[in-house]
Amino acid sequence: MYPENLKYSQEHEWVRVEGNKAIIGITHHAQDALGDVVYVELPPVGKEFKAMQEFGVVESVKSVSSLYSPVSGKVTANNASLNDHPEKVNLSPYDEGWIMEMEISNPADLDNLLSAAAYQATLKK
Amino acid sequence: MAELKRTPLLSEHLQLKAKIVPFAGWEMPVSYPAGIIAEHKAVRAAAGLFDIGHMGLIKLEGANALALINQLATNDASRLAPGQGQYSVLCNEAGGTIDDILVYRLPMFYLIIANASNTDKVLAYLKSAAGSVQVGLYENYCMISVQGPQAKALTAKILNAPLDDLKHNHTLWWRDIIISRTGYTGEDGFEFIVAKKEAAALWQAFINKGVQPCGLGARDTLRLEAGLPLYGHEYDEKSSPLDAGYQWAVKFEKGTFVGKKALMSGRTKTLVGLEFEGRTIPRQGTTVFSASDSGICGEITSGTFSPTFNKPLALAYLTRPESKIFVELRGNRQLGHVVDKAFYKRVK
Repeated sequence: MYPENLKYSQEHEWVRVEGNKAIIGITHHAQDALGDVVYVELPPVGKEFKAMQEFGVVESVKSVSSLYSPVSGKVTANNASLNDHPEKVNLSPYDEGWIMEMEISNPADLDNLLSAAAYQATLKK
Repeated sequence: MAELKRTPLLSEHLQLKAKIVPFAGWEMPVSYPAGIIAEHKAVRAAAGLFDIGHMGLIKLEGANALALINQLATNDASRLAPGQGQYSVLCNEAGGTIDDILVYRLPMFYLIIANASNTDKVLAYLKSAAGSVQVGLYENYCMISVQGPQAKALTAKILNAPLDDLKHNHTLWWRDIIISRTGYTGEDGFEFIVAKKEAAALWQAFINKGVQPCGLGARDTLRLEAGLPLYGHEYDEKSSPLDAGYQWAVKFEKGTFVGKKALMSGRTKTLVGLEFEGRTIPRQGTTVFSASDSGICGEITSGTFSPTFNKPLALAYLTRPESKIFVELRGNRQLGHVVDKAFYKRVK
């Protein structure tokens, strides 16, 4: 449910760090709470976001939730396949349901993120 | 906060791993593990089962029950044949809506089905005007609904009931279950008024036949596709049945009734359907602008993602006729088109 190799934000995003890149999506908990995802507003490539800045939204049948960038950086790719298949966020939140890739501008932001165990502990509160 | 009420089926929902939410003072399933979209599609393609035990069942008994109903509700209950039901609306003096209801003429009494969110209000209102009529909750009973093209065959089999001659909006009193050919999905289907102690057995009979349980989420997307109004969205104390497009349920010729005078002056706004060119879902409260002069022309009352059409749809009140509109969603303009609010029409 919460892979050990990822870092997590309290806003229910996950981050996979690859060199100076961060691949970002929403957690199993987030997709489960949302229910069927029907639209993801993707951030444009080239746009810069600060850590904790809103970078898009994810809409389910019942609700809309903001997405917050877990780190500061510039968008280098977005998952355009979600335009036709937003359900990937539900079916494969950590793999095919990824949302954006960023070039990390401030690696210290990663220190503010949680381990899988620490993130899961926040869900139990 | 007051304690949430439970239908007799809550343990069934928990066993089916439903997501439970508070709704109108009740603990209700919003969806099951299949998800809202799969539940919705099951109803359109086969059948779905709904716990609607939160709906208010109000019994009116006595010689003057018919006169009371005809004084307070807009439709003409004197037209009801025994066993028949009709859609009707309780209006205030200004023509606004206290609740939209179903009125059944049953062998010994009349039964009003009120929205869960309005049951207390409707009950108090009916009692205040009751006179010699006995008004009270029909409290040992609750409702379950099965909807979809396979609903009739399933119900006939499970209850061994003769349903071929049961017309839309009519009931059959069958082995202590009132079977009503009604629903809120745009499909053929049945609503069962069943003793609370028998409810779980009836529910399980359908589940054991493989019928998809459906939560409030699918109930909402199904009714919206069918263009059916929901209190708190299309209806409120400032919106009339004429505004909502239910002029056929307002019978001016029947004589005096509460709200008649105000309703005689006609509607103040028109309920329409909206389709969009973008993928963002406009939700309730979103302002609607005219595409021709950019002026405000209305407001969205319900918006959702349509599983059948795979795109956002909305219902909106327009204060002037328009064909092309737009909405502003998170800073982006999304164009839309005004269409018939019955987006989905069943092929009969």
